[in-house]
Amino acid sequence: MSIRHHLSDQLLMAYAAAGLPEAFSLVIATHVSLCDDCRARLESFDAVGGALVDIGDEAAMGADALAAVLARIERPVAPMVTPTRRAPGVFPTPLQDYVGGDLAAVRWRRVGGGVKQAILPTDKDASVRLLYIPAGTAVPDHGHRGLELTLVLQGAFADDSDTFARGDVEIADEEVEHTPVALAGADCICLAATDAPLRFRGLIPRLAQPLLRI
Amino acid sequence: MRVVSAPSDKFGTFVTPSDPIRSGRRKRCIMLDATITTLTGGTEATYVAAAAGIALRRKKDGQVVNAEADTDWAGLLIRVRDRRDREAFAALFRHFAPRVKGFLMKSGAGATLAEECAQDVMATLWQKAHLFDPTRASVATWVFTIARNRRIDALRRARRAEPEDLPWGPEPEPDQAEVLEAHQETAQLGRALASLPEPQRVLIERAFYGDLSHSEIAAETGLPLGTIKSRIRLALEKLRQQMT
Repeated sequence: MSIRHHLSDQLLMAYAAAGLPEAFSLVIATHVSLCDDCRARLESFDAVGGALVDIGDEAAMGADALAAVLARIERPVAPMVTPTRRAPGVFPTPLQDYVGGDLAAVRWRRVGGGVKQAILPTDKDASVRLLYIPAGTAVPDHGHRGLELTLVLQGAFADDSDTFARGDVEIADEEVEHTPVALAGADCICLAATDAPLRFRGLIPRLAQPLLRI
Repeated sequence: MRVVSAPSDKFGTFVTPSDPIRSGRRKRCIMLDATITTLTGGTEATYVAAAAGIALRRKKDGQVVNAEADTDWAGLLIRVRDRRDREAFAALFRHFAPRVKGFLMKSGAGATLAEECAQDVMATLWQKAHLFDPTRASVATWVFTIARNRRIDALRRARRAEPEDLPWGPEPEPDQAEVLEAHQETAQLGRALASLPEPQRVLIERAFYGDLSHSEIAAETGLPLGTIKSRIRLALEKLRQQMT
């Protein structure tokens, strides 16, 4: 099934400009790895960067700069490290790079109700985690304070408005108050990034929140 | 500042060697269009531009900037790739290195750091020439992506995961029509950027210089990105077909 929920122009441009927190960049890179449509849109924003460099102000280089670079490229260099493409799996390459492997390499922690999560190491401006939601299970009802991106990697979930399957990304902001439920079939695995802690509506989850670091 | 009278006075303009960019931008543009060959009192920069066939273009505020319009940067880079051609590299360096340095300084790098990074970017251009695919991006776009990544390290910006690399592999003999298209798109985008209303252009520039957070970035750029997207989309489809 083809991807129906895509990244916004705003996010793609911010990513092209390298203006996103690390956690969001990982979700964008992972989605783009799965979605040629967003890849093409992203590369058109790269072209904006190219045009800006091209028409931008010049700053004179040092008098010996060209000679220095020519001398430098003369010297043999270490073999070029080209980006390695990992074996195809549930996770595209950029995510495998963060996890250190595919699904089997994830070190899950139980959250309760069969839900598991794994927080991935990034800088602190935002956080990103893998979520494992057993088929048919509801994710606790929650709203959002900041921006939240949820990318489906396996299975599917549905909320009040729509269904999200592999490759689909849900962009949720403060307006969204929803109850996602993993659909029957395969257990649902998502990559979710947020720049604010999720806020659960029930009392118990809210008390547990600091402990769970979610 | 000494103002030198030149034969081009008959066009009602003048040339100042000490400040070739700031003075008479608009007029020199018209001049070049009209009769570059009669211009004998021009600056060295003007001659170089003329010799390279670089069109001078007018920004909305009357500034004129070099366009990639007629210089085949992709062809030069392919000469670097296939023949390790140092002259071709020098031409690329003279055009792009000062622009990369300018871009990095606008992004907040000091002159020394920007100079060092611009040299790194140009060295990367040489070392990674075999990865450049001229049907996918113009040289300017490719240079931008290298500069962007160098900036992340240099200015300790947030790490940026890269999408999975496609086994794209530049073809040895790329389709010239496609190469030209990618090349012209950058020039067209440059013109579109220059003709945007000032506040809108400034917002886009600030986004790319790293001055804006993602929530401050406006989704609507007012730029004609649809054709670029469609061309890349088609190329991706072609690639996927070859892969299966």
